[in-house]
Amino acid sequence: MAITVEPVIQPTSARGSFEPLDIAADRCKGCSLCVGICPKCVLALDESTVNALGYHAVQLTDAAVCTSCALCARICPDAVFTVYARPKGSLT
Amino acid sequence: MTTLAPDTRRLIYERPELLTDRSSHYCPGCGHGIIHRLVAELLTEMHLGPTTIGVASVGCSVFAYDYLDIDFVESPHGRAPAVATGVRRVRPDAFVFTYQGDGDLAAIGTAEIVHAAARGERISVIFVNNGIYGMTGGQMAPTTLLGQRTTSSPAGREANLAGYPIPITEMLALLPGVSYAARGSIADPSAIGRTKKMLRRAFDIQLAGGGMSIVEILSTCPVGWGMTAPEAMEHVSKEVVLTYPLGVMVDRMKDSPTSKDKDEA
Ligand SMILES: Cc1ncc(C[n+]2csc(CCOP(=O)(O)OP(=O)(O)O)c2C)c(N)n1
Ligand code: SF4
Ligand code: SF4
Repeated sequence: MAITVEPVIQPTSARGSFEPLDIAADRCKGCSLCVGICPKCVLALDESTVNALGYHAVQLTDAAVCTSCALCARICPDAVFTVYARPKGSLT
Repeated sequence: MTTLAPDTRRLIYERPELLTDRSSHYCPGCGHGIIHRLVAELLTEMHLGPTTIGVASVGCSVFAYDYLDIDFVESPHGRAPAVATGVRRVRPDAFVFTYQGDGDLAAIGTAEIVHAAARGERISVIFVNNGIYGMTGGQMAPTTLLGQRTTSSPAGREANLAGYPIPITEMLALLPGVSYAARGSIADPSAIGRTKKMLRRAFDIQLAGGGMSIVEILSTCPVGWGMTAPEAMEHVSKEVVLTYPLGVMVDRMKDSPTSKDKDEA
């Protein structure tokens, strides 16, 4: 049975502005492989927009929770992610 | 509250240099995209870009030359190992690999791959097994699982009518001309990591002067299988591996060292 987890969206400004991921949303095909693989459940397809390829692109819902594990980058078939290391002590 | 300028961020992962900027024609979640990325990562890390000549085949990956920023030759359906043989013999200095689907390698191209392997051609073969003819609309391939529904086996593949799945990598591993044969998958990030190590080993063996090195990669065709991309990944890790077990079948160059992974260095 599939378990769906509703991502908790929090404003990143409340936690500091470090951005762990650059997401090339124009290249995303909305396959949702990264959404299912993220251990922190902070990736979600943005269903309010459609990119030029015609898909709902992925977005990071809470930058403060992302651990920069890069699992999303390792599964993405379209090489959408650039991942940066979180500075020590900045994970809340 | 600390605010970091973007350029102070320490990079962990970026799109590999040898993957072109072009958006691929592959369906959402298709395994070809992941495998292209692995090949681009390895060629970049191993500094092989300038000396590599890839041989593309016929199938969904026919446009591989548009996505990998290296020299490429496109071959007729199934003939990539024959074309790669020619490339290898006129350019002994080049790094040569073929990129072939299972319809290409294990159906129309069976004779080419077997004889190139028997000759011990010094090429690396990337064999993408998604168990189906993706490009032409999802027909049954020799690799299709028993019971698997395809557009040409709507009730599921039946052994009485269509025979059994062909474990061609195991068959090739018997030939002394094959220095390395292995099977990996792309079902999850750790399987992807292990598959990348197999590809690295295959590439190292060619560089060390070995014979044919082949890595079969269990891949997905979500559209052809009638599944979502995550369902297709689960199908590989739970079902496909039962017919096609993962692992190294033969490494006839055990004494030759493997180069260091960027992540381990
Ligand atoms: C000589 C010849 N015969 C048949 C075809 C039709 N054809 C194109 S791709 C293909 C099968 C490709 O399947 P596979 O190699 O598994 O690659 P995939 O598309 O699944 O990645 C076939 C039969 C062709 N292009 N040329
Ligand atoms: S894995 Fe890649 S293409 Fe698929 S939804 Fe995530 S970012 Fe988009
Ligand atoms: S048809 Fe299958 S193999 Fe071809 S691009 Fe689509 S998902 Fe990939």
